[in-house]
Amino acid sequence: MSGAERLASWTEAELGVEGRVLDVVRAPSPVLATVGDRVDPTAPETVQLAADLVATMRVSPGCVGLAAQQVGVAAQVFCVDVSQHPKARTHHGTFALCNAEVLEASRNDKGREGCMSVPDLTGDVKRASRLVVRGFLPGTGEEVTVATDAFEARALQHEIDHCQGLLFLDRVAGAHAVHARRTYL
Amino acid sequence: MSSPSLYAVTVIGHDRPGIIAEATAGLADLGLNLEDSTMTLLRGHFAMMLLCSAAGGSGPVAAADVEQALSPLVADGDLDVSVRPVTDQPTPSAGETSWVLTVHGGDRPGIVSAVVREVAAVGGNITDLTTRLAGDLYLLVAELDLPAGVDATAVGTAIDAAAEGVGVTATLRSAEADEL
Repeated sequence: MSGAERLASWTEAELGVEGRVLDVVRAPSPVLATVGDRVDPTAPETVQLAADLVATMRVSPGCVGLAAQQVGVAAQVFCVDVSQHPKARTHHGTFALCNAEVLEASRNDKGREGCMSVPDLTGDVKRASRLVVRGFLPGTGEEVTVATDAFEARALQHEIDHCQGLLFLDRVAGAHAVHARRTYL
Repeated sequence: MSSPSLYAVTVIGHDRPGIIAEATAGLADLGLNLEDSTMTLLRGHFAMMLLCSAAGGSGPVAAADVEQALSPLVADGDLDVSVRPVTDQPTPSAGETSWVLTVHGGDRPGIVSAVVREVAAVGGNITDLTTRLAGDLYLLVAELDLPAGVDATAVGTAIDAAAEGVGVTATLRSAEADEL
C-alpha cells in the first residue's frame, strides 16, 4: 500500500481512544514559539494527543489542521483534513502525523493564511504548492511518505511550521502582508 | 523663485468614505501627477502620504495652491493635511542585502526600540514597517537593507538576544525574489 493510500484509509478510529476537545492556545503564548519535541508515535500519550487534535479540529468551524503547540503541547504531532475545502485538489482525508518533515517542495504560490492561534490577523505567505512529506502514523508508528499539492500542501507546511515553533507571521511576505481579519470562521 | 516640482502631501485623521477621491480630485484639477503613494488605516485613523509632481503638467504649482486645492478636506476638522516640497531622491544601491524581520510576542513597551536598535547599530536601514497590536499579541514586520559586508547571521543573533530580553521572538529572513 502506498503512503497516499495508507493516509487516505486512515481514520482516528485506529487510535482506539476517545479524543477530547481541548482549548486552542492563542499567540503570544510561548508554546507557539517553541520547537516541538520529537515523539514516539506508538506511545500512549502520543496516541491520545493525536486523538485530541482530531477531536478539537472537528469541532472548530473551518479548521483544516491543528498542531500540538496549538493545544499547549510542544511536540511534533499534527492533524489535517482539507477534504471539504474548495481550494483542495489532491487530498488524503483526515490524518495525523508525527515527526513530519518536508522532503521536497517546489512551485511556490502566495496565499493568504489565517490561524486559530492568531485569530485577529491574516498574512500573505508564499508556500510550495507541490510537496513531499514524510512522517509517522500515531498508533502503529508506520512511516509514510506522501506527495500532495495545492491546499493540502499549504496546510501541511503550516502545521509542520507549528511543530517547529513557527507561526505564519514568521513567514509573511513583507511589512504590508499582514492584515486585520475581518471575518471569523 | 520657481515653484517646486515635487510635493509630499500627507493626509491624516478620522477615516470616512471619499477622502482619497476628494484629495486626488483636488490634485488632478491642478494638473499634478500622482507618483508614489501609501495609505493605510491605523485603528480607524486614515493615514496617507503621496508624492505628486508638477513636472510635465500644466506648469509650476505653488505650495499654497496645493493647500488651497485640498482645503475642503480639512473643513470639518477631522483631517489634517500638509503639503511639503521635496526633491526627488532615488536611493543608489550599494550592494545592500534585503531582509524581512518578524517579531511577535506579548505586548509591552520597548519592543520596537530594543529590536530596531540592533539594525541601526550595523548601519541597516528599515525600508518598510508595519506593527499591529491584536489583543495581547504584538507583531512587527519590517523590511530592511543591510550594508554590503554585514554579517546577517550575527545581526540575527543580536536581534534574537534583544527580542529575548523583552520577551518576544524574532525571525530574520532573506527577502528573496523568485527569478522567473
